[in-house]
Amino acid sequence: MSVRTPMTLATIEAEQGLRAALALAPEEVVATIKESGMKGRGGAGFPTGVKWGLAAEAPAPDGVRYVVCNADEGEPGTFKDRVLLSELPDLVFEGMTIGGYAIGSAHGICYLRGEYVYLLEDLEACLARRREAGLLGRDVLGSGFDFDIEIHLGSGAYVCGEETALIESLEGRRGEPRNRPPFPVVSGFHGAPTVVNNVETFAWAAAILARGADWFAHIGTDRSTGPKLLSVSGDVERPGVYEFPLGVSIREVVEAAGGGEAKAAIVGGAAGTCVPARDFDRAISYEDVSTGGAVIVVGPWRDLLEVAENLQWFFVNESCGQCTPCRVGNIKLLEGIRRLRAGELSRRELDDLVGLGHTMQIASKCGLGQAAPNVLLSIIEHYRAEVLGHIPVGAR
Amino acid sequence: MTTAPALGTPGMPGGPAVTDPTVTVTVDGHEVEVPVGATILEAAEKAGRRIPTLCHHPDLPDVGVCRICVVEVAGQRALQASCAYPITTPIEIRTYSRRVRQARQTIVDLMLAEHCGSCQTCGRNGNCELQDLAEEYGSDHFRFGHRTEPTRLFDTLGPSIRRDMNKCVHCLRCIRTCSELQGVGALGVIGRGDSTTMSPYLTLPISDVVCINCGQCINRCPTGALQEVDDTDDVWHAIEDPTKHVVIQTAPAPRAAMGEEFGLPPGTPVTWRLNSALHDIGFDKVFDTNFSADLTIIEEGTELLLRLYENLVLGDSSRPVPQFTSCSPGWVKFLEHHYPQLLPNMSSCKSPQQMFGALIKTWYAEREGIDPADVVSVSLMPCTAKKFESGRPEMTDSGHRDVDVALTTRELARMIREYGIHLPDLPERDFDDPFGTATGSGVIFGATGGVMEAALRTVVELVTGRKVEEIFDHADITPVRGFEETRYAEITLPDELGPVPAILDGKVPDWDWLKGATLKLAVVHGTANARKVLDDIVAGGRFSECHFIEFMACPGGCLGGGGQPIPTSVEIRKARAQAIYGEDAFYGETGRVRKSHENPAVLRLYEEFLTDGPCGHRSHHLLHTEYTPRGTYIATNGRGVGDGSNR
Repeated sequence: MSVRTPMTLATIEAEQGLRAALALAPEEVVATIKESGMKGRGGAGFPTGVKWGLAAEAPAPDGVRYVVCNADEGEPGTFKDRVLLSELPDLVFEGMTIGGYAIGSAHGICYLRGEYVYLLEDLEACLARRREAGLLGRDVLGSGFDFDIEIHLGSGAYVCGEETALIESLEGRRGEPRNRPPFPVVSGFHGAPTVVNNVETFAWAAAILARGADWFAHIGTDRSTGPKLLSVSGDVERPGVYEFPLGVSIREVVEAAGGGEAKAAIVGGAAGTCVPARDFDRAISYEDVSTGGAVIVVGPWRDLLEVAENLQWFFVNESCGQCTPCRVGNIKLLEGIRRLRAGELSRRELDDLVGLGHTMQIASKCGLGQAAPNVLLSIIEHYRAEVLGHIPVGAR
Repeated sequence: MTTAPALGTPGMPGGPAVTDPTVTVTVDGHEVEVPVGATILEAAEKAGRRIPTLCHHPDLPDVGVCRICVVEVAGQRALQASCAYPITTPIEIRTYSRRVRQARQTIVDLMLAEHCGSCQTCGRNGNCELQDLAEEYGSDHFRFGHRTEPTRLFDTLGPSIRRDMNKCVHCLRCIRTCSELQGVGALGVIGRGDSTTMSPYLTLPISDVVCINCGQCINRCPTGALQEVDDTDDVWHAIEDPTKHVVIQTAPAPRAAMGEEFGLPPGTPVTWRLNSALHDIGFDKVFDTNFSADLTIIEEGTELLLRLYENLVLGDSSRPVPQFTSCSPGWVKFLEHHYPQLLPNMSSCKSPQQMFGALIKTWYAEREGIDPADVVSVSLMPCTAKKFESGRPEMTDSGHRDVDVALTTRELARMIREYGIHLPDLPERDFDDPFGTATGSGVIFGATGGVMEAALRTVVELVTGRKVEEIFDHADITPVRGFEETRYAEITLPDELGPVPAILDGKVPDWDWLKGATLKLAVVHGTANARKVLDDIVAGGRFSECHFIEFMACPGGCLGGGGQPIPTSVEIRKARAQAIYGEDAFYGETGRVRKSHENPAVLRLYEEFLTDGPCGHRSHHLLHTEYTPRGTYIATNGRGVGDGSNR
């Protein structure tokens, strides 16, 4: 997978962030991350410093806390974590180590997507090198801080990217999301306070400690600080991983990748939203169009309902099946799209589908079911005339 | 193990008062104070608001998966499942809003879309939580379609439980019941998304896995997805066949619950009215299972005394203590699967159902001059596992199948309704001879701790030669009563014991070895609790020092059995227990016999038929059995292993 723009993360000097962190008190590390304004790079956008602070303050019986790297990169159209794990694993593990120091944890777990098993050997070798170099294990860099990382392999379920399902999977059970509250920062892996962050979040955390919170905070917008890696794919000439400051317009991203006459972009992957070309001035940021990194460009010749059908099929298969709105809702949306495309859906049934989508967004148990209708609903909203055109005249 | 708390400990005398932390929340504008950790559902109940539920069940930990109980929590974008939201901060809750109403309607519509089966042909018609929700939310058409053809597994191979996954609404109550309430783990979730289904390991039929047939999953299924195997047709056919002599024995637990099927409040005993109903339907004789419960006590009590003598005095390690009770067929199969190494601890006594079955087709048939081949022996049990038990190959010691049909409370209620009888209106009628007279000790078999109490009443009298009432007021041995998961009790025998009574003549030389001895006893109900106790025994913990332990598979004992009326809850089970102990007390108040070894019919049986006494040769042949070490390895019996798709 090509890296199309220079990666700032590749310029961060090894160990610099970790040494800087160990020179600070743990609460100062948390404060630094807070000052940077960084929000989670996995897509949900929870402020990382706040998360670390909550986990550090949560009562921990026996003093056990966990740092978990969510490397279960399964969102369709997302592949930037794979690049980071392939090319900059040290930085990712350094970020986890800093996180461990910040929250008072000695245990790091990297939950690696099952399909990324081919990376396992290199990652284990990286961990071994780091232990050898005193960057992991007992007394990290002579600081008195103990921390080590183990890698846990997923088994191919998309839903395990949801942090509580990931924790269930780590504990040896079926990967199904838990009810929240309690949140993992209070009660996560084996009931202990647990920070779960995306691969990219840990890498930027190391960079923030190395370069300072100000450096990071001055990139991007007020509410979306720092640079962001984007996985750009679809109908473009140059698919790959791009780095842009948050706040970048969709147009700039699509044009950089050679998206030319794009009709729309699915920002955020299958769980994201469909943005029509006329709205390409909108910004990729937490306050406007949020994404964990996926930008799927849709060429002018594409049938958007075919795109929607494809993505809905994905959710039908990846729903864990425990809650009603997601388990039944997704198959009903898929059936609805198919009937719409076949010219068999009435206007009233279309309205029912939209209502179903809205219920899924607010009543599903986890983010998967809540996000599953997003693309379809945004297509129906932005391409109303095109969608209604599929409804037989007598049924409009 | 508990240690005495030090003086000054909070909550103890002399210590500061304990106040559980509370939090004040707003429910639809009303402030209520709830303990920290209470759910929104509980707070709403306190505020007088009813929130609909489906996956929630008072006996089970909450999972928040059906989503029907969603509510608004101020400041949160998404709705929250009220059953699974623990309150820790002062939140503002709205139990009803446009969003909530639309979400609940949509969720009901989705469940109806997924549910395949017609109400008219369903055993749960009229007692179905999905039906109730559809009515409550005004579902007037299938908004998202409706499956009319079954596409999922309908497992009819089980001896006790039928699983129709086409009617499943995925509430996970059966899974939580099996794994967490009962600690059996026969059911799990397989598949994902639309293909998700509840299934035994490798989609094997329920008959081929570690299922103990306790039926607790049926009691907690909100729809007709899980039902008992219905044997009522067999009974109708027998009744309609003039060449058959059809008898029924009724166990105490169904009699304490049958009223619920006819609109009476839980805990209304209908024992004697039921006798009238059974005669009206066409049973030739109605017997009381308490008769064979009394018999069980004599046999099992004798076995206990002999076992203690052989183990403690003679040093025979092949007769290990503690002795486990063996009346609960779910418990028996649980031990056969999970702790086969402890089967030597199991009493060899058959359950009362099976003892009675063996006697009906031998002693009774002989007395009445009926060919046992023409006798159809039916039992009314609170229990689905009794169906499995009656079909065990070894349960044919009479030369025939000892019990032909084991009916659950629910099945017999259907028969009575079908016949057109309103049970509460019927006159009372006694049980039929020659087994008519039963005792209160037999009655209390229906409640957890009952077998233990009944056995103690008899054992104490046999060894002391004194009336048990002189030792325990009214013969109520209250330390073994209650609903605690596990009860432990010690009873110290006096230094002066009586002579060996005639009934045990020649089996034990004297009671000298029991003088001043302390009997250590335990009572356990629910197989999840049984697992804890068995693990303790395996590890050599304090339960390994017990002499006698009563185990019942079902929570609450038989009164909470898997064949009892639906719904169930701790309150309902407690009300049924009241009815059972009330019937026992009635025997006392009316001067009837309350101790098994005083039951004149039982004594007559030993005089006329089991002439070599309890645990004698004939009793061993008819009233005792053996067990099958099953282990947890699953044989597929050549049926092959499912492909996992269930399609």
